[in-house]
Amino acid sequence: MSSVSQNFMKLFRGSSGAEIIPAQSSQKLTRRSSGLGELSRIWESAEGLCILDLGSTSPTNIRHFTENGHRIYSEDLLTASTDPELLSKDEQGSVILDSRKFLADNLVYPAARFDVVLCWNLPDYLDESLVKPVVGRLWSVLKPGGMLLAFFHTRDAGPDSPCHRFHIVGTDTLEMQKIVLRREARRGPTGAIHTAISDGFQLQRVFNNRHIENLFRDFASIKFFLARDNIREVLVVR
Amino acid sequence: MSTPASGLAQIGKSVFIKGELSGSEDLYLDGQVEGSIALKGNSLTVGPNGQVKASVEAKGVVVQGKLEGNVQASDRVELRKSAIVTGDITTQRISIEEGAYLKGKVDIHRTDAK
Repeated sequence: MSSVSQNFMKLFRGSSGAEIIPAQSSQKLTRRSSGLGELSRIWESAEGLCILDLGSTSPTNIRHFTENGHRIYSEDLLTASTDPELLSKDEQGSVILDSRKFLADNLVYPAARFDVVLCWNLPDYLDESLVKPVVGRLWSVLKPGGMLLAFFHTRDAGPDSPCHRFHIVGTDTLEMQKIVLRREARRGPTGAIHTAISDGFQLQRVFNNRHIENLFRDFASIKFFLARDNIREVLVVR
Repeated sequence: MSTPASGLAQIGKSVFIKGELSGSEDLYLDGQVEGSIALKGNSLTVGPNGQVKASVEAKGVVVQGKLEGNVQASDRVELRKSAIVTGDITTQRISIEEGAYLKGKVDIHRTDAK
């Protein structure tokens, strides 16, 4: 039960943050999102928008947009970045991800196609070598005036922050679901069965405001919303 | 997981077809197909072992396996939880189970109610 001071702080801070919904079979979080609230005004007032969702495939989001007459493209970039075929070695022999191959296989759309890109928390979990090339490609596939929503952990979040997928459940409300990677059992060349066990994606880094501004420097404008749950929401306009 | 009804045309999991596949009855496909599939007015079910690399045109499409290609369904598309779909989907109605993977566009064409 929350105290009066906590409730007061909720009112005072107002905009965004996470809370636990108790009456679910598995613990799910909802969070208010000021960035989503701003975007909602766009897709509620227009028809036939072209929207790109870069999170894990979300039936909720697909239903949300198709029921309102928009076209939605779904592309799970984080999962795509785990493709073993992307691994290569640099001149020093270190294993790196091949960003050119990644962009040859992903985010392949005609220029200036999308009105909205939902990036969610992708930049925080994407491999370092892919972040700038991906943001560059997103700039090119957004229409002039198109908007992109991204979430970044703040300094306080720490490296163990679980990676969530986001489902739109209201005008400014998201449901957060922890991503648990599927266990894959494969038979190796010797016949032994290998089971890949992984809980989820790891936070790769914590961007500060200046890093974020630098990341989106080619965009026309950038707006920050600081939420209660150590998340900095960023809404950028191309 | 749905199993094929008896009497339904089936392509078993050991079958590989390359080319144009067309017909005028419902089809359960658990094998591999590369090319195109046209079942206008009928339904296609891609079973859990099914691997399709083809453009698909049908009344209804249910996917439990892997489908790579654009899907045009005059009625509905169902992506079951084991579905892995890469391609654009154009349909009137769609249902996607939690766990299904989709890389592509969803475009809903509605018929105006009178």
